[in-house]
Amino acid sequence: MCQVDEEYDSVLEQKSLPAVSKKCMKCKEGTAVLIIRVGDAFCRGCFKEYFKHKFRAMLGKNRVLFPGEKVLLAVSGGPVSSCMLAQVQEGLSREAPKKLRFMPGIIYIDEGGVCGQNAEEREKAVVQLESIFRTTGLPYHIVPLEQVFTLPESVLEPVYRREQPGSSYKAAVDQHIRSEVTQGHGKPTVEESQGALGQLSLQASTYKLEHKLALEGLFSTLKTLTAKQDMLHTLRQHLILHTARINGYSKVMFGDSCTRLAIKLLTNISLGRGAALAADTAFSDSRYGDVVMVRPMRDYSSKEIGFYNRLFEVQSVFIPGLDTKTADKASIQRLTESFVVKLQADFPSTVSTVYRTSEKLHTACPPQSSTTEPAAKCLLCLCALDTKADDASACHATLMSEQLSRGTVEKTGRTDAGCCQGQKQACGDGGCCSTSRAPGATDLRSLLCYSCRLTIKDMTAVDSLPPYISSEAEKRQRRAAMKKEIGEFLLEDGGADDE
Amino acid sequence: MPIQCSSCAKNRAMLRRPKTGHSLCKSCFFWAFEEEIHQTIVSARLFNPGETVGIGASGGKDSTVLAHVLKVLNERYDYRLKLLLLSVDEGITGYRDDSLETVKRNQQQYDLPLTIVSYEELYGWTMDAIVKQVGLKNNCTFCGVFRRQALDRGAMMLNVDKICTGHNADDVAETVLMNVLRGDIARLRRCTAISTASDGEGGIPRCKPLKYAYEKEIVLYAYFKKLDYFSTECVYSPNAYRGHARTFLKDLEAVRPSAIMDIIHSGENLSVKEGVKMPVQGTCSRCGYISSQALCKSCVLLVGLNRGLPKLGIGKHHRLHDKILAQQALTQQEEKKLKAMNF
Repeated sequence: MCQVDEEYDSVLEQKSLPAVSKKCMKCKEGTAVLIIRVGDAFCRGCFKEYFKHKFRAMLGKNRVLFPGEKVLLAVSGGPVSSCMLAQVQEGLSREAPKKLRFMPGIIYIDEGGVCGQNAEEREKAVVQLESIFRTTGLPYHIVPLEQVFTLPESVLEPVYRREQPGSSYKAAVDQHIRSEVTQGHGKPTVEESQGALGQLSLQASTYKLEHKLALEGLFSTLKTLTAKQDMLHTLRQHLILHTARINGYSKVMFGDSCTRLAIKLLTNISLGRGAALAADTAFSDSRYGDVVMVRPMRDYSSKEIGFYNRLFEVQSVFIPGLDTKTADKASIQRLTESFVVKLQADFPSTVSTVYRTSEKLHTACPPQSSTTEPAAKCLLCLCALDTKADDASACHATLMSEQLSRGTVEKTGRTDAGCCQGQKQACGDGGCCSTSRAPGATDLRSLLCYSCRLTIKDMTAVDSLPPYISSEAEKRQRRAAMKKEIGEFLLEDGGADDE
Repeated sequence: MPIQCSSCAKNRAMLRRPKTGHSLCKSCFFWAFEEEIHQTIVSARLFNPGETVGIGASGGKDSTVLAHVLKVLNERYDYRLKLLLLSVDEGITGYRDDSLETVKRNQQQYDLPLTIVSYEELYGWTMDAIVKQVGLKNNCTFCGVFRRQALDRGAMMLNVDKICTGHNADDVAETVLMNVLRGDIARLRRCTAISTASDGEGGIPRCKPLKYAYEKEIVLYAYFKKLDYFSTECVYSPNAYRGHARTFLKDLEAVRPSAIMDIIHSGENLSVKEGVKMPVQGTCSRCGYISSQALCKSCVLLVGLNRGLPKLGIGKHHRLHDKILAQQALTQQEEKKLKAMNF
């Protein structure tokens, strides 16, 4: 019970050394070039088939990509997303036996502004990526992160869409086939996408200096790398979501490998994101309503992808991120990554076990969602709020500890306390936030989920947040205040107001 | 310049709370620490007035602090509980015999009645004897399974209504991580519960009043209260895999002190997909203890020990349960697999 290796005794004992001139275990002809799993030696051709099949199987099994649908591929330049792009291209090529029928586009978010790159380095990375994107012939969008300062607040408005009925996929496929027959073998799709090539890079990849400074300002108020990485992730999601919406993409593909998802799962647990764990790691994530995020690479380990990219010369671009060249203990995300990778080296089943755990979870629906009004969503990550827990919960216990160690003497003007911390006392007892808001500072806490609260807590000044966030926050607060005012006249409150 | 206590703003702060980072004086820390446990007990409705509560006491810091705090709170808030100490003697020379001495001293210091149940009288085996047969590998499986049942059996003998154990926040968070790493979805769902279901017919409800108390704060509390506790690692526990999870948790705590609570929060908010197969609780057909299989784990382990096949209970051999129940002999091949390895 304490020692995990107890059940793996037999597995560990039969260590077999890879034979140098082994035959491929699949076709029994070709010379094996790599060993995927213990004892499974594949030749080049079989490996490629296996790899391609896995991608198609993942899409086929989940049946969420409709024919003719516009799908945005989020490409960071890293090995996994580059490989994902290569797989989509492969599926679109004329030789492909069962052509992919959706219409892909590419998005790259240029985060150089917060990752300490200068303008030259950013330019260089963009040029490299552009040349890769151009060869694909797909439309692409290169968006600098600075653009978050131009986002409208509607990005954060949750869109509720009714669940697609199960049979709709088949209906959509049938309809597509019928229309294809009348149009003649779907050639227009290719031409259309190539015709669109001209207006592809129209998306301004430039940014204003004031936005650059504002972004730098925002990240300098975040005290910890953990919070920085979390904020970057949030902003990136918003920007991708917005780009997808204005360009009519209804799906976004992310290149999360199995290894990455295992890391993400443990990271999110450590960040207190347990309630949204399933949405964050599942194949599809429909929290944004009209745009669904999908993760088709989730069956590949990072090793498999490394092999594929090397054997078939898939180009990827190295772009330093926030945690590049940092110590293992620089942030929770970084620490978890090194923990998982190191454990995987000693216990090869780690990643797959953790990954399989994620498949058994589903997002907890807060009990109040049964009423007519949908449950409140977090302002930043748009997952259902998980802070309404009962008194006997970790959330409540934390507030209690804060309150008790602060004692009865309320100290005003504490330098180390952000504006959010000051509100905690009010939140502690009833869960209802104080109405006496400090002027200027917005009380974000009540609008956020447990984990986003932690990120904001690590922030010294919330006023540096992009305008779309603060104005949406104000809007929600006004509505909450309004609701409170008229509360006595509302019949049968569904309890769905914001905290 | 001395730092002032952030709670009373009068005394000099003596410590920085690991949980919140506030600087507190000694008396404010004691008060906050005890008050938090009181809040946990009240909000989770752990006890009812008039109940007899057995405290699982090992002599270590957690159970020593638990016994102390429960006694204090029982008097302060008039819980009207009858508190008892309950210890398990695994029979580990050089470890448990010493720690039991501490429990015996605690008994006198806190004036609580103490009962000791031993593996030897319950199972006829001491851990020393088990290790002699099994070797140093997997022996924790025996000890853990037996202890859980021993505590229940002791509690039944004393006729207590509830058992509480000294599991702290670090332990709970670590268990969440362990269950994710092991892919044990059933335990992942259960492990953050503060008490086991009380309505179940199987066994006496257990609870963890220290669930939200940081291990570091427990040590601080024991240190400043000058509590007498025993702190030695068990002589038989290498605990390789759990060790990784523990180190990881400590590192997480160093990066962000709230991480321990954050993990517990995550664990409390997880929910499992419908259709995922879950073990069904039943009872052991041999001893009547709760079990998800025909035979409970400790019976399987015991049969294994008595037949000289220690590996019977290690790993999954559910198929053999019927044979064991029918007292049939195992085939030679099966026996060979289950014998201890000789080096």
